[in-house]
Amino acid sequence: MSAHNDHHHAGDGHSHGTFKSYVTGFVLAVILTAIPFWLVMGKVFNNSSITAMVILGFAAVQIVVHMVYFLHMNAQSEGGWSMLALIFTIMLVVITLSGSLWVMYHLNHNMMPVHDMRNMP
Amino acid sequence: MFDNTASSLAASGVPRFHLADEHHPENGTLLGFWLYLMSDCLIFACLFATYAVLGRSYAAGPSGADLFDLPLVAVNTSLLLLSSITYGFAMLEMQRERLKATLVWLGITGLLGAGFLGLELYEFAHLIHEGAGPQRSAFLSSFFTLVGTHGLHVAFGIIWLVTLMFQVGKHGLIVENRRRLMCLSMFWHFLDVVWIGVFTFVYLMGVLP
Repeated sequence: MSAHNDHHHAGDGHSHGTFKSYVTGFVLAVILTAIPFWLVMGKVFNNSSITAMVILGFAAVQIVVHMVYFLHMNAQSEGGWSMLALIFTIMLVVITLSGSLWVMYHLNHNMMPVHDMRNMP
Repeated sequence: MFDNTASSLAASGVPRFHLADEHHPENGTLLGFWLYLMSDCLIFACLFATYAVLGRSYAAGPSGADLFDLPLVAVNTSLLLLSSITYGFAMLEMQRERLKATLVWLGITGLLGAGFLGLELYEFAHLIHEGAGPQRSAFLSSFFTLVGTHGLHVAFGIIWLVTLMFQVGKHGLIVENRRRLMCLSMFWHFLDVVWIGVFTFVYLMGVLP
């Protein structure tokens, strides 16, 4: 394959992105980064759990922005296998994170009183 | 993909077990590298889960609110974000076959990455100097492991970047070097994605009361 032949075709399953898409992604990423920092450093909400939920939401949106504009993810790239691998990985990540938190929270919860009960008369 | 095979069968009447329009041999490498990144993602998922479980176990030591310097983290975040777009510009110049501009943008990306790493090492040195090293509490152990693993990835990314700059300078923008630059592009942007999780989950949520 010549060096000329391996780009400039959109249908090969690997998109390269344009100047406009990179700049759009960058501007969105800056906004989505600045707002969480402002929310935390400016102490905008009094309630910590509301702040936590909001900044986690911003992080999720920013990850999608990076995936689309910088990593050029779409359902067509590599014949769909990239997306399939990504969805599988996201499933595993969700199971790992929520499973660990769930199990360890209940473990802490159930193990806590043992210490006190030992000191009971 | 399967439609393709079916239509080629219908067109010629003879079964063919390959894609008629297969003309991008480096796809295999890029998909394979994507799979590596996904497995790397699982490593980070485990480290994030560890931090999520241990992140509030201070062992009567300092907490995130006592230790984290958010302005420093903001500077660090912007350095990494800037390096992401400068790498994007390098890729655009690569597509236009402009060797020198590609090398310049790659160099800027490397410098931004080095700046990020320098600030992170400064932060680590500062924490250890204050007695908040990885052995102080479970929170700090998991913090150093998670952030340190990310920093290690950035360090290897910089080594890879410098190697590729020499390769591109010596051999030009040949097909192999384009493929390598695309792989590093995915690696670099992936590290930025992981950093979003780090600054949100570790630093910003760590200083919340």
